[in-house]
Amino acid sequence: MWRYFVPAAAFVALGGVLAFALVRIGSGHLDVHEIKSPLLGKAAPAFALPSVADPAKRVDSRNLAGHAYLLNVWGTWCAACEEEHPALISIAQSGGVPLIGIDWRDNREEAVRYLAQRGNPYQEVGSDEDGRAAIEWGVYGAPETFLVAANGRVLVKHIGPLTGDVWKQKFVPLLAAAGGK
Amino acid sequence: MRGFILVLLATLSLAAQAIDTEAAFTDPTLQARYDHLIHELRCVQCQNQSIADSPVGLASDLRREVKELIGRGSTDVEIERFMTDRYGDFVLYDPPLTPRTYLLWGAPVLLLMLTLGIAARVIVRRSKAPLESEPEDPA
Repeated sequence: MWRYFVPAAAFVALGGVLAFALVRIGSGHLDVHEIKSPLLGKAAPAFALPSVADPAKRVDSRNLAGHAYLLNVWGTWCAACEEEHPALISIAQSGGVPLIGIDWRDNREEAVRYLAQRGNPYQEVGSDEDGRAAIEWGVYGAPETFLVAANGRVLVKHIGPLTGDVWKQKFVPLLAAAGGK
Repeated sequence: MRGFILVLLATLSLAAQAIDTEAAFTDPTLQARYDHLIHELRCVQCQNQSIADSPVGLASDLRREVKELIGRGSTDVEIERFMTDRYGDFVLYDPPLTPRTYLLWGAPVLLLMLTLGIAARVIVRRSKAPLESEPEDPA
């Protein structure tokens, strides 16, 4: 009796685990390619990048100290960034927390044109042409969005398009703790 | 067969050399460290290639970073630390032994002990059981 029951139970248990994982992947709750950021809970990396709007000016993280902000890493070459653009605009309009952009491995003129065409949700956009700021933030695929609290710590990282649903589920519950309004 | 293997090896090493067209360092020891490190670091964007083999922009940025860190005198451990601080342990092809990876590293030993235990029980039971094919005592 046992010699059949144990292997059969083991088989059913393994099948159950695999089926559970497949359903989570299928429903979009589990992304096997997503890497948990080691930055969560730690101090946000500093950056000082030439502004896309005016390269003579700098977008400097020191000017953001003491306030919660969203950092969105994007590029004009990135299709998923276009997809999330309307959501970014409505987040910016809601006015809860300022949106800072990092234009990653991109051409400045194209970025200016892109924002002129589609609307500009960003308070400031820094140009990271050589990708050094993105490495500091552990960015590996645009778009990526971080919520930084007023105390300078990284609270959330989202990889992939920031849809309205993601915003409501992942970011909004943390805004009060972040020190945003 | 040997000729075939040689050709295969030659093609594989060509593929590995294809991304960087120039050597990063003139000093062979530094170049060897560079080569070793870029093969140990995963391109987190493509995930199934090392940054040595990946053509994507991020991989070339990370190769540049490795080159600069070696140039500034960082040790291999410091460079790996630089990468894991930003991208997590997943960036290393050889995951470090930490509480989170105990199960990963211990699983082969656990499985071996489990198998040996089952084998030992089976052997003991069978050696105690009477042999069915034993010839009957004619007396």
